[in-house]
Amino acid sequence: MNKIFWPVLLALTLSACGTTGGTQATVEDRTGGKTDATATTAGQAGSDAKPTGGVAETAALSGTGVAGSSLNGKQLEGSGSYSGDPRKNPASPMSTRSIFFDYDSFVVKDEYRPALEAHAGYLLSKREARVILQGNTDERGSREYNLALGQKRAEAVRKALALLGVSDAQMEAVSFGEEKPRNEADTEEAFAQNRRTDVVYADE
Amino acid sequence: MISVPILRAVLLFPLFCFAMLSASLPVRAAMEIQVFGGAANKIAVAMVPFQTAPGQPMPALTQIAGDDLNRSGQIKLVDASGSQQPVELAQVDYGIWRGKGAEALVIGQVTALPGGRFEVRFRLLDVVKKTQLAGYSYNISPNQWRATAHQIADVVYEKLTGTPGVFSSRIAYVQKQGKRFELRVADADGQNPRTVVRSGEPLISPMFSPDGARLVYVSFEDKKPVVYVQSLQDGSRRKTAAFKGSNSAPAWAPDGKRLAVVLTRDEASQIYLIDIDGGGLTRLTQGGNIDTEPVFSPDGQTVYFTSDRGGSPQIYRVAASGGEPRRVTFSGSYNVSPAISPDGKHLAYISRDGGRFSVVLHELASGQTRVLTDSARDESPSFAPNGQAVLYATVQGGRGILGTVSLDGKTRARLSESGVDAREPAWGP
Repeated sequence: MNKIFWPVLLALTLSACGTTGGTQATVEDRTGGKTDATATTAGQAGSDAKPTGGVAETAALSGTGVAGSSLNGKQLEGSGSYSGDPRKNPASPMSTRSIFFDYDSFVVKDEYRPALEAHAGYLLSKREARVILQGNTDERGSREYNLALGQKRAEAVRKALALLGVSDAQMEAVSFGEEKPRNEADTEEAFAQNRRTDVVYADE
Repeated sequence: MISVPILRAVLLFPLFCFAMLSASLPVRAAMEIQVFGGAANKIAVAMVPFQTAPGQPMPALTQIAGDDLNRSGQIKLVDASGSQQPVELAQVDYGIWRGKGAEALVIGQVTALPGGRFEVRFRLLDVVKKTQLAGYSYNISPNQWRATAHQIADVVYEKLTGTPGVFSSRIAYVQKQGKRFELRVADADGQNPRTVVRSGEPLISPMFSPDGARLVYVSFEDKKPVVYVQSLQDGSRRKTAAFKGSNSAPAWAPDGKRLAVVLTRDEASQIYLIDIDGGGLTRLTQGGNIDTEPVFSPDGQTVYFTSDRGGSPQIYRVAASGGEPRRVTFSGSYNVSPAISPDGKHLAYISRDGGRFSVVLHELASGQTRVLTDSARDESPSFAPNGQAVLYATVQGGRGILGTVSLDGKTRARLSESGVDAREPAWGP
């Protein structure tokens, strides 16, 4: 499970980064931070160390195949000396903050189970923590109907967390509908990036 | 596609046209009005350019009023050029105007008054019966110029069609520029826009109160959708629905005291009724499906809404007092955003067909439908206060624009300021 999960997640987050160009807000920055971190790790692991600093994001994009093969799950988990906010540890499944959905779908895919389990674990350990689940859709169709569809995506994640024991009082599911697209392009790839629920902590 | 007003302007008053362009450019780029085709039974009206006064505002009153009448789809403007340019009743040679095919004639003059004011006099004449149908004079300040032109268009329209005009009414819409959102109120021709809300977060779903004094809308400034009611008189506002979860899709009840809103506080998007002060919350629809986009029938007895309870989004109706919803639309797999005509006889909504989103008119008694538009990305239909046209948003050249279409679908006009992205229109009183 983990071996499949990580490369998929990595590919998702990397491709998400590459096309946005930093147009969006907070959630974007975190994904960007993660990309930097993984690129650095890849450099330490002995792959091409050239892409550093400002070039890192674009370089990491074209080199996904290389980075993916050098970054297996064990290596990252074994590095476990991260001392900051556990939610921001790039090695933790909690660094997954976006749950992507298929077209016209509101089902949380199995690949997000480790991330949701990690978020649930954090919320169960910190009862004062509050999380906002922000549902989003692509831009096709009615704005208000899309707001309701985005709500269904937020609710799907809320229910998944509730099944893992998280209290309703710690969660709020809201929708941005099509109003805050991560990728504003009129392409299927952009639409796929906009069909998602973002996990945002109230104190962040 | 023929741009009638521009053509007419070039034919009739080239000098005015030039003056108008140079005068208005520094203020803002002019909105375009383009009329595509039209009905066969249009009433032919000749509008003689009014005699001008020194220092009068531009564009000319007959230009503004003529654009209004043209946009309605029920009136056809007849070429008024030639040697016969009557200003007073006694100067009218009816034979000449009959020869041009005109059924009605509009003449008038502008006179400068002390203190920078103007007197505007106009007469509407029946060319066939050789009688006066209406005649008014107005003492106005320069900032009432456009309002005066719209009032003239309203008088002409009502006398000729028997239906009140809506040219003096207003529209609301959201304009997006970069990451900035502005909720604006403009004249029904899209001109004279005034911003009533500015935000760095999205604004959607504005709707005028029945008396036109307030707007309800959804703002994302609180990091989630919240319903606000705002006074247009003093700009004050309050959160009417800010419950846990999302708050959206507000619709005024005809009495102006209640709203239908969509909340997610209990479960998936459901329709509730709430007083405009935030009290008296009652739930209207039940179940775990999406129920959204409520709108009241004019008598306040019925709420039409969008629901996916049948598997695909369709329009349903339910008694405002509650009960079992009934499905209204059956053809197609995506029918959303219902609007109801002021007489309660028609629905307009957005229907998806083969990936295209178009405005559809649905006669409730017969169930007959007619596609009104041929654009592909239409949204947010809203009826004119007289029920004779539908205002909607669409996308052209990658940006949002506003359009109106007559109920026969034959006259479409575009109200679009260049360089901005307009969406979420609502037609008010």
